[in-house]
Amino acid sequence: MVSFVAGLDWNIFFQPAFDGSGTYLRFLLIGLAWTILLSVTAWILAFVIGSIVGVLRTFPGRLLPGLGAVYVELFRNVPLLVQLFLWYFVLPEIIPGLGTWFKQALNPLLQQFVSGVLCLGFFTAARVAEQVRSGINSLGRGQRGAGLALGLNLPQVYQLILLPVAYRIIIPPLTSEFLNIIKNSAVASTIGLAELSRQAQQLGEFTAHWYESFIAVTLLYGIINVTVMIVSQFVERVTRLPGYLGGRK
Amino acid sequence: MYQFDWSSIPGALPYLWQGMLRTLQITGVAVVVGIVLGTLIAVARLSKSSILSNLAALYVSGFRSVPLVMVLLWFYLLVPQIISSLFGQPGLDIRLLSAFVAFALFEASYYAEIIRAGIQSVSSGQVSAGLALGMTSGQTMRLIVLPQAFRRMIPLLLTQAIILFQDTSLVYVIGLAEFFGVAYNTGNRDGTLVELLLFAGIVYFVICFAASMIVRSLQKKLVS
Amino acid sequence: MKNYVAAIIGLCLVAPAQRAWTADELTGTLKKIKDAGFISVGHRESSIPFSYYDDKNEVVGYSQDLVMMVVGAVKNRLNMPNLQVKLIPVTSQNRIPLIQNGTIDIESGSTTNNVERQQQVSFSDTMFIIATRLLVKKDSGIKDFPDLKGKNVVVTAGTTSERLIREMNEKNNMGMNIISAKDHGESFLTLQSGRASAFMLDDALLAGERAKARRPDEWVIVGTPQSKEAYGMMMRKGDDQFKKLVDETVAKAETSGQAAKLYQKWFQSPIPPKGLNLDLPLSDDMKELFKNPNDKAFQ
Repeated sequence: MVSFVAGLDWNIFFQPAFDGSGTYLRFLLIGLAWTILLSVTAWILAFVIGSIVGVLRTFPGRLLPGLGAVYVELFRNVPLLVQLFLWYFVLPEIIPGLGTWFKQALNPLLQQFVSGVLCLGFFTAARVAEQVRSGINSLGRGQRGAGLALGLNLPQVYQLILLPVAYRIIIPPLTSEFLNIIKNSAVASTIGLAELSRQAQQLGEFTAHWYESFIAVTLLYGIINVTVMIVSQFVERVTRLPGYLGGRK
Repeated sequence: MYQFDWSSIPGALPYLWQGMLRTLQITGVAVVVGIVLGTLIAVARLSKSSILSNLAALYVSGFRSVPLVMVLLWFYLLVPQIISSLFGQPGLDIRLLSAFVAFALFEASYYAEIIRAGIQSVSSGQVSAGLALGMTSGQTMRLIVLPQAFRRMIPLLLTQAIILFQDTSLVYVIGLAEFFGVAYNTGNRDGTLVELLLFAGIVYFVICFAASMIVRSLQKKLVS
Repeated sequence: MKNYVAAIIGLCLVAPAQRAWTADELTGTLKKIKDAGFISVGHRESSIPFSYYDDKNEVVGYSQDLVMMVVGAVKNRLNMPNLQVKLIPVTSQNRIPLIQNGTIDIESGSTTNNVERQQQVSFSDTMFIIATRLLVKKDSGIKDFPDLKGKNVVVTAGTTSERLIREMNEKNNMGMNIISAKDHGESFLTLQSGRASAFMLDDALLAGERAKARRPDEWVIVGTPQSKEAYGMMMRKGDDQFKKLVDETVAKAETSGQAAKLYQKWFQSPIPPKGLNLDLPLSDDMKELFKNPNDKAFQ
């Protein structure tokens, strides 16, 4: 164990990377930047779609909630990796016109990024939708009734009454979904996007310093995790509602 | 318009089936080991010993902060080293063994959290009652708390198993050919990746959708 | 008297050590194989036509046939006709670590013998010599490397081609977008789907990928070879006894005409899974190799 630790060569991070982009440290930090950019962009998409689908599922009637349910089941029951390959390899082939444009006019890196964002966004949206739905449902029918009785229309009830409260209630589960999206973004390494775990593999491949590479990247993921948790606890504190569990009295 | 060519699927069905068995094998091992280990970790986490509960917390948050892709790559790096230093030559496919270990340890951290919540949902009155009856705290946990907790947790544990079943496709990154790997390799070899990926997606959907319907009806039964 | 006793004790200590150096004593990999009762052979999954799964999910190919000759020689040498053979699929990422940590005893696929790798593993006599070139669409207008300016080029991650094309891009300021795909199959898919205009790789592997296409005659291999590479089987470093056995087997196959027959079988006849013919003529380098087998690296 001691000899193993002593045998690690951390200087590797200060040697020039094989692709001429600078040192291997910089090489990993580029990966970190892609991981963050991919996760944040996909999160915005997931939040928007997830909110719409989640709201649909709480609407009266059967059609709209049914559509919402189809969305959730579809994206929850196919593995993320398969979804990613469908976005990246299959859709551009079978959609005439747009697919060809996507493959030929866009920079390859952008293709990988767009596929990654769409995949992670749509996948996570299904989970966000479930949180939004349960957040709204936890409010009880009284709030909705009260809003309608005050002369608000349904969109207004959602916008002004239900969603602002629901979002605050579901901040903890949304945080864990955000942490999930960061972890899931590592799947994008399979289509060649140069995010953190891909860079770790490339570094290992070209230098044979697998342990140093994996240790550094694992620590970076840990740091991202801790940072997100601290930020989310702060947000939770600021937006806390009186009268709800853990809220101000 | 894209010309679909499904011709390579019928001939590949026996291998796809073998791949599916392997997927189920990994899922099965990870569920069983994950729940056993997860229970131990959950109990450790709730124990009065601060060393135990801190170690358990470290285990859980450690595994939960790293992507599964990295966990698989890590174990593929570590397992062959450890195995060959402990037992010499491995007798089993090293990738399968790495996948077993990686998924079992990884899932244990997820199961531990589910089980901890389950244990905490059993009212403290039950624990006091057990202790009042002269049971040790270990007996109380084993005979009173855990059985009730597990009954409540069954739907969640099963849902986690469905997620795990899907996640096994990620062994692709260490080149192990389970169901998805066989589908990918076949498509790759025959130039029919589009068709094979669609096929794999449909198969996963049918299985997972059916399984989640069963879990849901089970849940209703347990509630009523 | 004292000296006499010491000398006897000394002799006793030296004697067993000396015995280990006699010709028939097994050491290293051969001893490990004998003790374990099986040999672990690393192979590739889609390096057509060197080492890949056919439609019956069996490992086949030029390198596979050669390594099975080596297995035959090991059986003879150990006098173990029923020696078990474990086939372990490897990737370009893990083949070297798996050799080093003893998971596989020998790797036979499409691994380039170069000086850098020789510091980590040892290589057998060369099985095959390739040149790194380009696979492009017939009507693409790309004839050679300078035509790649501003184009998307795909390479397989971790290959020599990836390094060469990135160097070329930097040095000549060619403005190429380089895509590095996970394996050769994914690289070819990237080319076929129109994402990349050219795919740089070892010419024999390019011929293998081309054979997978819906219409193989739409694709051509072009360009001045950027490097020559010698494929060898990989073994653990410093195991001369095993290497000698492997080298002898490979050399015998090459000088006796067996290897030439294998070449015909895999490069000039229909091969599984689709029964396509790679149609790759025997190069001068290969002819020379078959006359004079050696384990020299080109870089």
